[in-house]
Amino acid sequence: MSTSRQSPGTAGTAIHTNPGLLAASWLVVGVPLVYGIYQTLLKASKLFTG
Amino acid sequence: MSILDRERTVAGPGFNRWLIPPAALAVHLSIGQVYAFSVFKTSLVKHFDRGLTPIAVIFSIAIVMLGLSAAFGGTWMERNGPRKAMVVSALCFSAGLLIGGLGIATTQLWLLYLGYGVIGGIGLGIGYISPVSTLIKWFPDRPGLATGLAIMGFGGGALIASPVSTQLMGHFDAAYDPTAKGATASGSAVASTFFVLGLAYLVLMLFGAAMVRVPPEAPHGAGAAAKAATAGWGGAQVSAASAIRTPQFFMLWVVLFCNVTAGIGILEQAAPMIQDFFRSGSTSAVTAAAAGGFVGLLSIANMTGRFVWSSTSDVVGRRRIYMIYLGVGAVLYVLLATVGGSSTALFVILAAGILTFYGGGFATAPAYLKDLFGTYQVGAIHGRLLTAWSAAGVAGPLIVNRILEANGTPGSLTASAYRPALFVMVGLLVIGFVANLMIRPVHERHFVSTADAAVPATPQPTTGRV
Repeated sequence: MSTSRQSPGTAGTAIHTNPGLLAASWLVVGVPLVYGIYQTLLKASKLFTG
Repeated sequence: MSILDRERTVAGPGFNRWLIPPAALAVHLSIGQVYAFSVFKTSLVKHFDRGLTPIAVIFSIAIVMLGLSAAFGGTWMERNGPRKAMVVSALCFSAGLLIGGLGIATTQLWLLYLGYGVIGGIGLGIGYISPVSTLIKWFPDRPGLATGLAIMGFGGGALIASPVSTQLMGHFDAAYDPTAKGATASGSAVASTFFVLGLAYLVLMLFGAAMVRVPPEAPHGAGAAAKAATAGWGGAQVSAASAIRTPQFFMLWVVLFCNVTAGIGILEQAAPMIQDFFRSGSTSAVTAAAAGGFVGLLSIANMTGRFVWSSTSDVVGRRRIYMIYLGVGAVLYVLLATVGGSSTALFVILAAGILTFYGGGFATAPAYLKDLFGTYQVGAIHGRLLTAWSAAGVAGPLIVNRILEANGTPGSLTASAYRPALFVMVGLLVIGFVANLMIRPVHERHFVSTADAAVPATPQPTTGRV
């Protein structure tokens, strides 16, 4: 994610987004998604174990 | 001016566009719950003492309302901005679960139809389209990746909701053992689960609404460059009203309809299909638990395809990627029908491949629309295109079930009984392939004037990477 685009500073000065806010936002959606994928993979593993 | 208005959601200086995908994911992960509705089916059948059909109708109403609200709400969403749309979606979807829960608690099935089906369904449609055009406008250089991320969330939502719902029902009903065959949770446990989900999704979706921003309008003088970044092929910027009258929209509708119908052909009967393909007499080499695992694997393939293929389309182009979805998809279907029964591993690989294309077809559609019609009213156009999904949702199961029922009952058939249905899917994919080949850039006479395209409905992101 090193290529993020930012909106322009209307007065010519850009205020960078807090990296903590960015990380927290991704965690809010990432943690449940990873949990869901993990649970589904557990279920899917029964395809190979019987 | 309300904090929900578009003008109050314009990004300030230095806003990082990578905050937009999690905002979109928050909504799509929530509304994706609808695909996990089946976990409640057996419990609801017992609680209401009704057949499976009256319970299955709840899901059908929700999907039909999704299509209708996306089609009719798209223009409203474009005018009012993504935040207001996300809040409306959150309130409708959450209210749908709460009213549905009330219906279960009071044993009033019509409340489930009205709540989860109608009101919740409106939340689904508005929520599905609400972040898509905003994402395309923030990521004009990689629209496939951006919309793939969000629409992947819709697939992922079911992966979360299914185990969470099962655990919640177990929490509220100690006697409920989801691993036992035919186990059902009590009505009060299902109702309580609906209440908890309704409140939890309200919080998550409102988080998304709070985070979302639209890019600022291009400063005067930079219009030409900014327009070039977000216009479609040949500089296209087409209104929703004009777009639906173009042959390109019709062809893309056919493409999506064929792709989705073909995917549903497998999804609808996945568990009995794999057992029937490897049946010898009355017993199958694939156990019920393994068949359940196969369904889980297909869910992962569906979700993965949404992100991977849609992102790939930014590199190889939209028309080419749909040639792969439809052309290679047709070949995989033929192989599934002819040699799929020779080995379980081969069957699983072929079916998973088909499902990645099914997901990819969903996720790449908004970027294709952006290519054809520009970003001017791409959200509204996307909403109208989703009627193809609703139509496929009816046609897919209808085709497959009619053919299979002529041979017996799924779960007690053999591979040969599935072949006619699979070859019908091949035919559909070939039709979609031809329709895709016929898509050409939109004629200039459909373009809106430069002045119209510059209204706030199309705030233009400026360049600059960090």
